[in-house]
Amino acid sequence: MTAVLDGTAAAGAADARTLTYAEAVREALGQAMAEDERVLLMGEDVGVYGGAFGVSGDLFHRFGPERVVDTPISELGFVGAGVGAAMAGLRPVVEIQFSDFTCQAMDQIVNQAAKIHFMLGGAAHVPMVLRAPGGSGTGAAGQHSQSLEAWFAHTPGLKVVMPATAADAKGLLLSAIDDPDPVVVLEHKLLYKASGPVPEEAVRVPLGVAAVPRRGGDLTMVATGVMVGRCLEAAERLAGEGVSASVVDVRTLSPFDAPTVLREVEATGRALLVQEAPRHVGFMAEVAARIVESDAVYRLRAPVARLCGLDTPIPYAPQLERAVVPQVDDVVAAAVRLAGVG
Amino acid sequence: MPEPPRPPLSGDRATGLATLRTLWTVRRFEEAVDDLFARGMMHGTMHLSIGQEASATGVCSALREDDLIASTHRGHGHCIAKGAELVPMMAELLAKDTGYCRGRGGSMHIADAARGNLGANGIVGGGVPIAVGAALAQQRLRTGRVAVSFFGDGATNEGAFHEAANLAAIWKLPVVLVCENNKYGMSFSTERSMAVATIAERAAAYGFPGVRVDGNDVDAVHAAATEAVARARAGEGPTLLECVTYRWKGHSKSDKNLYRTREEIEEWRALDPVTRFERRLVEACPGVGEEDVAAVRDAVRDAVRDAVRQAMAAPDADPADLLGDLPAAVFWQPVGTDARREGVAR
Repeated sequence: MTAVLDGTAAAGAADARTLTYAEAVREALGQAMAEDERVLLMGEDVGVYGGAFGVSGDLFHRFGPERVVDTPISELGFVGAGVGAAMAGLRPVVEIQFSDFTCQAMDQIVNQAAKIHFMLGGAAHVPMVLRAPGGSGTGAAGQHSQSLEAWFAHTPGLKVVMPATAADAKGLLLSAIDDPDPVVVLEHKLLYKASGPVPEEAVRVPLGVAAVPRRGGDLTMVATGVMVGRCLEAAERLAGEGVSASVVDVRTLSPFDAPTVLREVEATGRALLVQEAPRHVGFMAEVAARIVESDAVYRLRAPVARLCGLDTPIPYAPQLERAVVPQVDDVVAAAVRLAGVG
Repeated sequence: MPEPPRPPLSGDRATGLATLRTLWTVRRFEEAVDDLFARGMMHGTMHLSIGQEASATGVCSALREDDLIASTHRGHGHCIAKGAELVPMMAELLAKDTGYCRGRGGSMHIADAARGNLGANGIVGGGVPIAVGAALAQQRLRTGRVAVSFFGDGATNEGAFHEAANLAAIWKLPVVLVCENNKYGMSFSTERSMAVATIAERAAAYGFPGVRVDGNDVDAVHAAATEAVARARAGEGPTLLECVTYRWKGHSKSDKNLYRTREEIEEWRALDPVTRFERRLVEACPGVGEEDVAAVRDAVRDAVRDAVRQAMAAPDADPADLLGDLPAAVFWQPVGTDARREGVAR
């Protein structure tokens, strides 16, 4: 499946400019490349083709083949080349076409990039960014739809971000490129076409800081990636039913902004943790553990609740695919249940 | 412009004795490590390159100090040949805070960033894409530096080798791929693990030269490496250099050598690259006598003993600062005057 974007920014007033998420990523790349000649984009079909999801767009024409580097289909090789290039003077942004294909490159991500700074006693850094679209919802089935963030967040030495908005897609990527350590940026395929206000300047969104896009009094939803938007939509509907919900967008899984999450959970006394990935040993299990091992546990009015993807691979049939991952209706139902407890 | 041809390492007294010193240093360092391990004074595991000293020495002597190498789990020799100091090396193996990796890496991850060593690697083939990426950085930044990837015969059956070789070829990167073919990937012989006769011919699949040399002849390795490095530096792309050699010791400390015969090992011990080069110097190098090579042996023995003594006396790596900040990177240096970028260098 391929979504080709038209490559032009949505028109709008200067103070209310909107871009799609894909355009925001492209703008971040373009600004970083213009600022620092060591930044280059590498990956499959990122050149003239413009990226499988249209993310790199016109960057090839702006920066040329030395800066926007088409690679053969060989993830282990080119991710490893990214690691070496990062150690030896460049700031590569390596694109994995579907996050599922990181499996092919896992040695270089987990055994090399994540550990080099530590194992070499600080003698080297790996300032590499690995961008990879994840998530389901496109009918691409089991090998093109996974949410693998827990793998990366479980690996010491990797920073992991999941931007949920166009502005964060730009701002977090710029911070990731600045960072001296390897950062895995998990974009979401369904969000590429979503629009939102994005600052024109190269504004950094700091790594390790969660966002709180909505505050309410009855419960706190903690979400990642595409689930942030679903939680916001659910919160809107819940407001009509007299339930007032906060939404926390984790944004950075590693390092994890526990203080913000705990503060927001303490404020409402109820936590609904929402992720697209399967429940078992997922990232929200960690969030739940952080809540119950902190003083926030004494403020809970109800047990921590999780709403996650089912523990199955992602199926092809649209009705099956929808049934596997939380939808807005599921979030609303879970929130109503939770709000009625305690 | 290709570099002018260089004389053999055994061609003059100073170069010859310096080369002999490197060969003996690798040998004696590893013998000391073997001994410390046997006496229970060193923990972990060790992969010794005793018998393979000529490939590390011959290749690194063809490099400039600012060229880069990526090494293997059997990497003590590469580290020494690239110019590392013995005390922090020994300290790392002895789990000391003063070691190259402050006790976090040990033998399998030893690196000496200041001298262009990107690090040893515990994953077979893992360093090959990294060296190729380092070469990509040198090409793009136009530094004129070359990267060398050391790996064993076993690595050439890994996908990482093939993917990296292909990238190096299509991008014409300044990299030399050096295979130390010691005939066994742990216990699995090259005869059983590949259907082609030589590693060097694998280069044909990627469209660059593959060269096979006697890996126990430091002059031969040096000559081939010099040519490959010149080719890389001139922008003509990679070379695969197969150094045919042999490890006298087991794969690691747990190896009982069940897969090869005593006779085979003895046959290769007779081709000792160190004493072979020593004899060549005495017989053919102007101005070198028995007393000169004896002096080198004595000096190396003293240097290694001294390194063990100093490293033993150094403070142990301390769990109290395990999660503390590590020193700033050496390879990644901010350029330009942008204060924000300088700021993230830590």
